Amino acid sequence: MQKTFPKGGIHPDENKITSAKAIKKLALPKSVYVPISQHIGVPSEIVVERKVKVKIGDIIAKSSGFVSTNIHSPVAGTVTKLDKIVDSSGYKRQCIVIRTDVKDPSNFEENDLPLKKEIELSPKEILKRINDHGIVGLGGATFPSHVKLNIKEDNKIDHLIINGVECEPYLTADHRLMLEKAEEILIGIKILMYATHIESAIIGIENNKKNAIKNFKKLTRNERGIEIAALRVKYPQGSEKQLIKSLLKREVPKNGLPLDVGVIVQNVGTIYAIYEAIQYNKPLTERVVTVTGKSLKDPSNFWVKIGTPVKDLIDEVGGLPEDTRKIVNGGPMMGKAIKNTDVPITKGTSGILVISEEEAERKKSKNCIRCGECVFVCPMGLEPHLLMNLTEKRMYEKAVSEDIKTCIECGSCSYVCPSHRPLLDYIRFGKSIIKKLETNKN
Amino acid sequence: MSNQPIIISASPHVHSDRTSKKLMYDVVIALIPAFLVSLYVFGIGALIVTSVAVISCLLFEFLIQKYLLKTTTTISDGSALITGILLAFNLPSNLPVWMIIVGSLVAIAVAKFSFGGLGFNVFNPALVGRVFLLISFPVQMTMWPTAVENNTTIADAVTGATPLGIIKEGLMYGETMTEIGSKIPSSIDLFLGITGGSLGEMSAIALILGGLFLIIRKVITWHIPVTMLVTIAVMTAIFWLLNPEKNANPLIHLLSGGAILGAFFMATDLVTSPMTKKGMVIFAISIGILTVVIRKFGAYPEGVSFAILIMNAFVPLINKFFKPRRFGSRIKSKIV
Repeated sequence: MQKTFPKGGIHPDENKITSAKAIKKLALPKSVYVPISQHIGVPSEIVVERKVKVKIGDIIAKSSGFVSTNIHSPVAGTVTKLDKIVDSSGYKRQCIVIRTDVKDPSNFEENDLPLKKEIELSPKEILKRINDHGIVGLGGATFPSHVKLNIKEDNKIDHLIINGVECEPYLTADHRLMLEKAEEILIGIKILMYATHIESAIIGIENNKKNAIKNFKKLTRNERGIEIAALRVKYPQGSEKQLIKSLLKREVPKNGLPLDVGVIVQNVGTIYAIYEAIQYNKPLTERVVTVTGKSLKDPSNFWVKIGTPVKDLIDEVGGLPEDTRKIVNGGPMMGKAIKNTDVPITKGTSGILVISEEEAERKKSKNCIRCGECVFVCPMGLEPHLLMNLTEKRMYEKAVSEDIKTCIECGSCSYVCPSHRPLLDYIRFGKSIIKKLETNKN
Repeated sequence: MSNQPIIISASPHVHSDRTSKKLMYDVVIALIPAFLVSLYVFGIGALIVTSVAVISCLLFEFLIQKYLLKTTTTISDGSALITGILLAFNLPSNLPVWMIIVGSLVAIAVAKFSFGGLGFNVFNPALVGRVFLLISFPVQMTMWPTAVENNTTIADAVTGATPLGIIKEGLMYGETMTEIGSKIPSSIDLFLGITGGSLGEMSAIALILGGLFLIIRKVITWHIPVTMLVTIAVMTAIFWLLNPEKNANPLIHLLSGGAILGAFFMATDLVTSPMTKKGMVIFAISIGILTVVIRKFGAYPEGVSFAILIMNAFVPLINKFFKPRRFGSRIKSKIV
């Protein structure tokens, strides 16, 4: 039996059409639009002014709290504007606009740096640098990494889990990174194990990435403490709680964190960013983005500077097809639909998905036939149909007692509902109302 | 870019290709083998009863939605079609046409739309129709034409009781099972369905075939049919072992009457069955127990319809008390 989590989950069509496409470097954007809120937590504070010249890696916005992080300039150039623009959230948010200096040689620096194995920093210095260099979880949740690694005395952590699951259909950014930067990732893992004193690491990869599994197995043959686990393909296995359950059979308690069951989970992209930050002192200013969609001319994977407008990426893959009806920041299951291609790539953007007319159609919602499918597929053991009803009837207290807050918004329920009921839409709405009510109360 | 605007909607942006309509038509397909057997066994009577039930169910659904509720009609969604077929399967093949129409009206108007239509009904509409007819017209509802091979005429006067009816009556008059045994069809005939009874409930093999199709297509899970049949088997086996002369053996109980039709097609009705696997098991065990209790101690030789309807009423409670286990609700987390 292949490892996976026992309760719920779905298997949508994978459509990993870019899995064989090597990561290309995207041409330098004319300007970058860097939002100050690219992570979960408090937005960073702008520390540059208009007309100031910046270099790659200069801090342009500073961490403004514990759950917050620094933001660095992705290019060398001049700050032209501090303005509010619409980002992938759909809201206008504060943004630092930097015009790229096309003559500055540092903008063309080779980023294929040689492998660097020796770890020179002390654990303390490593953790400080992860904090300083703006590393956040690149799997999509963008949780500042230094917070996750902030292990207290009484936390007994015995496992570091590396999330190479990439269970979202269409996305291949992590897959390509695991193929092309496997050695760097392994060093990144060792850096983290050294910094956190964790002796055992498991890289979890779904079985639809056999070449990545094979590659890692070969590389770790003589490594002690690093294990590769092939997992059955099942969405949403990339969710921390489900992944921990799949690999270690441990269940993160309700409202708890992986720390509570002795585990730290980091995405492979994050590990690579940590490798670069520690070995080459490079802050997080670029990431891998999959640009994909069935009707695109040349869907591919790219190294993209944070702040690059989506438009630049779309141009690179042959432009938006005639029949485009939806553009999604992220994967099809959890990504956010964006209004236009002016939206910038942020630290959390793992993919841009273009959906055609035919696929974008949302069928009319019909009566619930009480088939129970949503209950069977919910990986959190919730009853989505009930939560939708309670939200619709504004019975928020009851919704809370039915654990609406533990919904991880994976969308499995909406995906399977044969009556096309917008279950997750209602649950999300219910959660937001409840949050508002709770803040008002306090 | 086309003139069509870019759509903004919340995730997920993809959907499985299953629709409730497809589920319904899978059920219709699953009922075909049993229908073919009924045509073979009862001839044209089976065709008439099924057509009348289906057409009147669809018609009532259409009329109610169009003129009473003034909503868009959903007769193509397959649910009324299933109700029609299942109702017909529960009727004798020589039932007067007007009674079938009345049964359909009760099923659609009372059992389905008075609760709010598809998805809101508490009781299985076809069973409500059937039980209504059984209570209102007990004589016509319990006079079954016997199986006639090569029957092309409308069922003639040859009528008889079902195997369960014969057993019940026999035991009432003090006969032993050995004596009764010669009057009922063999287990093989029961299994194939060459016997008297309601239209679609005789052929175990055809119904099981359809049921397996539904399980493979993931329209239903094994939990309800298997649990229900096992419960009936265990219960009747206990009685049979205690006194084989006063109780039919479990095989007869499973193969005759509505046990198999009920287990695969009536108790599993999506709308009126529980929504968790735990709940389904509780539901099916209860139906099994009630069925045997009614068969053994009740006034009717048959118990499945009543058992399912009774348990339908408990489904909201079952859903309330048998919830899926919430992730992370275990108090102690397992740390190796």
